[in-house]
Amino acid sequence: MRIIVFVKQVPDTAEVKINPETNTLVREGVPSIINPYDVHALEAALQIRDHKGGKVIVVTMGPPQAEDALREAVSMGADEVFLVSDRAFAGADTWATSYALYRAAEKIGFDIILCGKQAIDGDTAQVGPETAEFLNIPHISYIRKIEDVSESSIKVQRLMDDGYDIVESSLPLLMTVVKEINTPRLPSLKGKMAAKKAVINKLDLEALGGKEIEANVGLKGSPTQVRNIFAPKCQVQKRELSGTPEEQVAALVQDLRRIRCA
Amino acid sequence: MRIVVISDKCVSCGVCVDSCPFSAIEMRDEKAFITEGCQFCRACMSVCPAGAIVEKAEEGDAKTVADLSAYSGVWVFAEQREGKISGVSYELLGAGRRLANDRGTYLAAVLLGGTVEHTDDLIKWGAEKVYLCSDPILEKFNDEPYSQAMISLIQQYKPEIVLAGATPIGRSFIPRVAASLRTGLTADCTSLEIDKESGNLLQVRPAFGGNIMATILCPNHRPQIATVRPRVMKRDEYDESRKGEIINVDLPSLTTRTKVLDTVKEVSECMLNLQEAEVIVAGGRGMADPKGFKMLEELAELLGGAVGASRAAVDEGWVSYSHQVGQTGKTVCPKIYIACGISGAVQHMVGMQSSDMIIAINKNPEAPIFSAATYYIVGDVNEIVPMMIKQLKEASQS
Repeated sequence: MRIIVFVKQVPDTAEVKINPETNTLVREGVPSIINPYDVHALEAALQIRDHKGGKVIVVTMGPPQAEDALREAVSMGADEVFLVSDRAFAGADTWATSYALYRAAEKIGFDIILCGKQAIDGDTAQVGPETAEFLNIPHISYIRKIEDVSESSIKVQRLMDDGYDIVESSLPLLMTVVKEINTPRLPSLKGKMAAKKAVINKLDLEALGGKEIEANVGLKGSPTQVRNIFAPKCQVQKRELSGTPEEQVAALVQDLRRIRCA
Repeated sequence: MRIVVISDKCVSCGVCVDSCPFSAIEMRDEKAFITEGCQFCRACMSVCPAGAIVEKAEEGDAKTVADLSAYSGVWVFAEQREGKISGVSYELLGAGRRLANDRGTYLAAVLLGGTVEHTDDLIKWGAEKVYLCSDPILEKFNDEPYSQAMISLIQQYKPEIVLAGATPIGRSFIPRVAASLRTGLTADCTSLEIDKESGNLLQVRPAFGGNIMATILCPNHRPQIATVRPRVMKRDEYDESRKGEIINVDLPSLTTRTKVLDTVKEVSECMLNLQEAEVIVAGGRGMADPKGFKMLEELAELLGGAVGASRAAVDEGWVSYSHQVGQTGKTVCPKIYIACGISGAVQHMVGMQSSDMIIAINKNPEAPIFSAATYYIVGDVNEIVPMMIKQLKEASQS
């Protein structure tokens, strides 16, 4: 069984802070990590491989330094890694990103594609389902448990607002997972050694179709444009509540309702 | 298109370097240089004091723009589960009403399902038309037939704007629709306005964990598609007297390769998964006993959240391990984390410190949790929490 895992290298948003004077993001010293949800997807893939055999192939699209994310994936146990990288892919929105990943997945070949439910920098949750549409395969989002996998079908639990659905699908299939699905393993010593020596396979524009796909990737291929960015209006400031306990609670409840529209 | 620096104009001040949210500007030979990390957000263009940063057209930019005037109407995907239309659908009709008025066009709802009750409600909440597709294959949610139906309806009727709830359903199948129609999709919008000059939809959404907001446009493709989270938009007035048209559509070629075998409701305490919850009300040793956690459950329910706990409370046996937040429990990052009677040991803090907002209630004014808190109240949780519950209840009734 060939299992592709899509991962994204992201800035650790928990470390991203706003400079209150300039209203800009302070990214200095912010570490790059593998998108946390994708680590759970990788773990799910490794578990399927460990039980059923096959290969786990990790694919990322990004600048050359995204190679670090791929080496980390090897240290956890990935068998092969691919870096989809080309200046022509820069500035891609979810449509153009999904298009490039679709071409890559088609070239690599797979039975299952796994990815995290969303990336913590963009939070769109769109690239998985969009890629599935391009590949003309079914997909299931928000998987919290894989109940059963066979050569031709799979049974999973899909998280919904009011509980979960048990869903069955034929393969090939794309799945996006939530954190609840598993606890990711730590890199082993052997894995870390392998990561150092790992071969990073590269896929550039030429490898994915060259001129033929140029209009569908990168900024040129993106239907959406970022017009501007700005700091959120209601920056949360540290606030000591004053007055009697009742008054403090009243002020807090008022703000809570404003934020939650409760 | 590219963003470039006109070297002769650059005064080497470095302001743009700091302004770039993507760290894509460097100083090279004392001039600003835009690297391939550029996401074309134009933040640098507005801060450059010398006007040295400009957009530059590139070959291939001038796309043949499809005839956008062929598209009109604002559509709302009306979500149903087990035949009941969900609240977010009515909220979207409220938002859609404004957009339709600003564009001088109609507002419609699209309802996909088996048999759905109270279809008329969509009209009473503001839809002028309801496209209704009743088919057994649409009774339970599967991504493929839902996206096929939506794609086919959009191709036939050509709406200019489509809104859907950012729910497990909307967020899952709408991307397939956008991919297939080769158009843009903007997730989790917090504000939607029509740009007066161009007539385009201005879609505002948070990024980087809510640290910045971005305005997104989809200028050359239609429809413009956006998802919006529940409880973000306001409903319009419910009006019994509104009249509208229900258009039954028959889509014979829907197929699915996924199948829902069973639907399991989880209404108990674990209904909301801790890691998915937007609000977490957590208790520690200060709760004193299991009764304290009953109180927290009530507060969590009022806020649409889940209950968390510190290790101390779990070790005391007041609440089960599945609620534990921290190094040996779960790592969470909700929008709001309310820490009740939790002192804030490092092991707990690592599990929740990235929450957007932390509210701490503790009777010890020296409690370390206060250093991480956005709001804090020094006081006994067993007095403060009941007060919060009471006031929240009163406020929601007024």
